[in-house]
Amino acid sequence: MTVVVAAEGLSKRYRIGQHKAAYGTLRDSVVHQVRRFRSGHLHEPAEEIWAIKDVSFEARDGEVLGVIGPNGAGKSTLLKILTRITTPTAGRAEIRGRVGSLLEVGTGFHPELTGRENIYLNGSILGMKRSEISRNFDAIVDFSGVAKFIDTPVKRYSSGMFVRLAFSVAAHFEPEIMIVDEVLAVGDADFQRRSMGRMESIGDSGRTVIFVSHNLQGILQLCDRAILLEKGHVVRSGATPDVVAYYEQQTIGMGPEVAWTDPATAPGDELVRLESVRIVDEDGSSTSTADVRRPLGIEIAFCVLADGRPIVPKARVLDQHGAICFNVMDVSSRWHEPTPPGEYVATAWIPPNLLNEGRISVDVDVVTVASPKLIPHASAYQAVACHVYDTGEGDSARGLFSGQLRGAVRPLLDWTLEER
Amino acid sequence: MTETKVKPPRAPAPETSPPRSTELDRARYVTVIRPATQMPRIDLRELWRYRELLGIFVWRDLKVRYKQTVIGGAWAIFQPALTALVYTLVFGRFAKFPSGRLPYPVFAFAGVLAWQYFSASLNIASASIVGNVPLVTKVYFPRLLLPLAGVVVPLIDLCLAGFVLVAMMAWYSTWPGAAVLVAPFFILLALVAALGAALALSALNTRYRDVPYAIPAFMQVLPFLSAVPFALDGVPLRWQWVLSINPMTAVVSGWRWAVLGGPQPILGQLGLSVGVAILVFIGGLAYFRRSEPRFADTI
Repeated sequence: MTVVVAAEGLSKRYRIGQHKAAYGTLRDSVVHQVRRFRSGHLHEPAEEIWAIKDVSFEARDGEVLGVIGPNGAGKSTLLKILTRITTPTAGRAEIRGRVGSLLEVGTGFHPELTGRENIYLNGSILGMKRSEISRNFDAIVDFSGVAKFIDTPVKRYSSGMFVRLAFSVAAHFEPEIMIVDEVLAVGDADFQRRSMGRMESIGDSGRTVIFVSHNLQGILQLCDRAILLEKGHVVRSGATPDVVAYYEQQTIGMGPEVAWTDPATAPGDELVRLESVRIVDEDGSSTSTADVRRPLGIEIAFCVLADGRPIVPKARVLDQHGAICFNVMDVSSRWHEPTPPGEYVATAWIPPNLLNEGRISVDVDVVTVASPKLIPHASAYQAVACHVYDTGEGDSARGLFSGQLRGAVRPLLDWTLEER
Repeated sequence: MTETKVKPPRAPAPETSPPRSTELDRARYVTVIRPATQMPRIDLRELWRYRELLGIFVWRDLKVRYKQTVIGGAWAIFQPALTALVYTLVFGRFAKFPSGRLPYPVFAFAGVLAWQYFSASLNIASASIVGNVPLVTKVYFPRLLLPLAGVVVPLIDLCLAGFVLVAMMAWYSTWPGAAVLVAPFFILLALVAALGAALALSALNTRYRDVPYAIPAFMQVLPFLSAVPFALDGVPLRWQWVLSINPMTAVVSGWRWAVLGGPQPILGQLGLSVGVAILVFIGGLAYFRRSEPRFADTI
């Protein structure tokens, strides 16, 4: 695998604030210069920010590289430099192959021109050769589903038709290196599903994709490696699950484990105190990302301070929207009798191929069952979180489907089939 | 500054390979992204690779030009015709401006055609960068293509109106001599001058939006400094030289000489105009190239 994109120390500085001249009129600029001259501050320091600073990375042949980070981290600036829309202030990058960008679909569409004319216009602007557009013309029209209106000016299109046509053109452009920014966030569910599928097939076809998104799910699904940008710096790079996990922990502040060192302040009452909660993998180590095909454990460590009542550890798993996936309790008979004082570690194992993809968070309780009620002794809500992802290799409940599968859970069921 | 080096292609791929060889393309296109330099050079090979896009821009502007108008392309004839009519009445009839031995209406119309080509080119090309903000901030291509397309588009108007000129020439039976063969040279001179000025102005326009207001003001005065309503040899020789500093003077009078058989331009004056046009072009191009990396940031 050869290195296709190599960036070394890319940096971009913007002047902000005082340099209003950039947007003003000539008069403003002249007045400004004269004032500067008269006040003797010839080199009045303009406020500067480094949108990105010292960004280095490599992307290889056929690799899908994710770029994640909070707003203002410099992701868009990085893409603008890679697509040559703007130049860096310092640093260097070498790119082998044609670069195509999906920064915004429909770039250069002219409302007065017909769909047919816009396909040629937009295709050429994206970097396609005329012959390439002609060859793909029918496929583009088919994919867009606006064949009937192909000779109508696009200003008469509905916004949906417009987006579909625009996306089809972009989707049929096949450069060696594709740079994609958030386009998957627009459009309806069907559109998002198709774009996602398209991204995946681009990745599979041996092209290099640099994919910027806030959609961590998409990043986990598509990208082999990822880099995390924060305030213009690369703070983490490596395998996607690791980078995503680190990012989530940083931004959401909820990691795969939490511990209370001082029993006096730990959640709980005079009977039970929590010690720690962790999300663990099969080997028992905390994990903030989980392959949907592997079992996942919710480990609750607690301390029973006094003898007296029967207690039960309980967990509640919520999806990324805060909806409850399920509640679980240990129903074994060992909890029927009062639990003697001591330290316990209970782990609830979530079987493989049960959860849906996405971020899950976990509430834990240690309770006494008093049907139909539960009396909580020690509770920690939103204690830990983890990101469940699917690599889409075909052996999960997703099969070969790459679109969205709705639902709190996504079990892999046994199907029977009889032929009549 | 960024540049693309085009390496010679590898040996032709064997027939068994897929039609689109990405390996081959990779070997061909190596793009190096670097900070902008003080003295950027013009990458002609890159411009050549983007020639199709230039064609597309021209085609788009032509397509869009007279959309949703009733008389469409007839505007290309109507505009210069009206100007020439006004010139004929005001300057030809009342003010008795000199037109040499040529009938004033055809003299005025020919001059106005060359002039309007320049004026339209300058207007379109200098607005071309700011007029394409979505492109400039979203996709890479040599920005030079936009002003270039801007000076090509009015050529079509010139051709359309040219038919009317031929009809008028037939009416007044003023036939050109062999000099008509150099007529395109004078249009080229107008193109170079317009492009040079428009390059600087379009770049300036990304920072200062005064440009679109300033241009019409100058365009009011400039025809009189370009010998459009009068014949150049009707003014004292000293002033002919002064007027020749303006490249459009050579364009207008040279074009009249070539097309209508007017007085032949003085070679020295022509040289002066050409020299100024080339200087304007080089200056404009240099300023444009230096500003180009900042377009997306300042626009």
